Amino acid sequence: MRTLLAVFAKEVLDNVRDRRTLISALVMGPMFGPALFAFVINLSIERSLSDINEKLDLAVIGANHAPNLVRYLGSRNVNVVDGPADREAAITAVKAGDFDVVVIIPADFGSQLAAGIPARIEVVSDQANTQAERDARRARGALAAYGQELAAVRLAARGISPQVVQALNVDDVDVSTPSGRSALLLGMMSYFFIFALLMGGMYLAIDTTAGERERGSLEPLLALPVTRDQLMLGKIAATCSFMALSLLLSLGAFYVALGFMPFEQLGMTPNFGPDVVAMAFLLLLPFILLGAAIMTLVASFTKSYKEAQTWLSIVLVAPTLPILIVSILTLRPQLAFMFVPSLSQHLLLVDMIKNEPLEPLHVAISAGSTLAAGLLLTWICARLYRREGLLG
Amino acid sequence: MIAVDGIHKSFGKVHAVRGVSFDAPDGKITGLLGPNGAGKSTTLRILYTVLKPDAGHATIDGIDVVADSLGARQRIGALPHGAGLYPHLTARENIAYYARLCGLDEQRIEARVDGIVELLEIGDFADRRTRGFSQGQRTKVALARALVHDPQNIILDEPTNGLDVMATRSLRELILKLRDAGRCILFSSHVMQEVAALCDDIVIIAHGRVAIDDSAEGIRKHTGCKDLEDAFVHAIGMVDDR
Repeated sequence: MRTLLAVFAKEVLDNVRDRRTLISALVMGPMFGPALFAFVINLSIERSLSDINEKLDLAVIGANHAPNLVRYLGSRNVNVVDGPADREAAITAVKAGDFDVVVIIPADFGSQLAAGIPARIEVVSDQANTQAERDARRARGALAAYGQELAAVRLAARGISPQVVQALNVDDVDVSTPSGRSALLLGMMSYFFIFALLMGGMYLAIDTTAGERERGSLEPLLALPVTRDQLMLGKIAATCSFMALSLLLSLGAFYVALGFMPFEQLGMTPNFGPDVVAMAFLLLLPFILLGAAIMTLVASFTKSYKEAQTWLSIVLVAPTLPILIVSILTLRPQLAFMFVPSLSQHLLLVDMIKNEPLEPLHVAISAGSTLAAGLLLTWICARLYRREGLLG
Repeated sequence: MIAVDGIHKSFGKVHAVRGVSFDAPDGKITGLLGPNGAGKSTTLRILYTVLKPDAGHATIDGIDVVADSLGARQRIGALPHGAGLYPHLTARENIAYYARLCGLDEQRIEARVDGIVELLEIGDFADRRTRGFSQGQRTKVALARALVHDPQNIILDEPTNGLDVMATRSLRELILKLRDAGRCILFSSHVMQEVAALCDDIVIIAHGRVAIDDSAEGIRKHTGCKDLEDAFVHAIGMVDDR
């Protein structure tokens, strides 16, 4: 135990003094998630809010052929401006991106309308350009609404109620709660927590295995009167403590960052108070041992620091796989998922953010299976550390 | 006291050590001499127990290096070839870490580290982090670290590699000091003159076998060569002929 503590204390001191380790454990890992979140959320708020309220400048060719339509568009907060000279010019201009949308009203628009045949209007847009499509969709919507209004007037003129052509009345009932809606977006957080905790231990896992070998400090260490198990366990313990610190910082950073994000404007109320933060820490705690053991295991197979870095960057991405697969296949949470590390933590976190009660059995299986996998891998690490080939 | 009896070691198809036997008694400096790749390092690695022999036995003060490797390590201070330090720790912290791992009492560690710092005359840079140390400084700290638990048996693998004249000289003086204190010292080198100048007994190894195990004087007599270097070449030739 004394040996284990001595190894632990030395690894912690050694790595606290290493700027690269500190930056990745205390800054890069924990801050990456909140920074990305702030960016994405602010962007999506900006987009969703700029829709109806903002005035849309719509380029129209031949506006003089349809004065009523222009007036109607004005009432829908669409301001008609002069477009390019003709159809050819309009297509070129939209292609070049000078205009997002151009509406072309042909000269016979008025006569077609008067004759009661569907009056032709062209909407020129680049459907591959999502930003421009938003405006095009609004233009199309406004035109369709005008058409509907005209149709209603025509039906009324013939003594038919406009309701006749409206056979169905479809009404959406949204049962999602504000915290439920936020789960979709905030569910991503769980990966950032896992990313942060892995980043926190990554350099220690490398330093204590491949790094120690590359530096030539491993061989004299193994010649000391201590067992290799003690050395390995002390190193894994130090790695775990850095990972726990990183996780804590990451949780704290998210807690603070979410406070500054205008979720109410998106109709969301994230359930991420101090109690959820504490519970999230406990839920992710078993994953720390597993992560430390995996990274140590992978790093101990590599020949050099550089090689270990390459392999461990793959390990950083691996925990997303189960989360990704389940969300792509949109599988409903089930008991079996609780046996899968990273996925089980993700699902439990999403439940908490949705403000739904946690199933104690699920929590127990998640913690138990993740811990068991971690212990197994730690044992394998210790076995590998006893190999002669360790010195390379 | 180190006793080696017919040890063999192979790495895949390479038979690196083929039945090496010799004794390194207390109060003597035993030199393991041989060309590069002769099996010197492998033999020493077996003695400080990071490798296991495929056959044969080796004991440290009568303790078998395989059966009780932990007990054997307790009686060894080892300086492997190219031993590295922890660059973020000071020299003193590097030494204290090893003292702690060797199980020294926390109260005794400071005094012990002070003592070893004085013995190796590394006080000038003992409180600096070891990043950027010269090869000589690094070797001295690594040696201090290996000696911190006051081991009876000291195994040094090419300790003078990369050292300048002054550093080699002070290392030589230290080795003599340790011998006079009754320690068993076993060190390897491929430099003839160094071994001749320092060692009481010389074990010449070539192709994984012991060519000659004798004093410098005995080797000259045995091979009929006046010059030790000629004797060395002659001895290696003897193994080649077998």
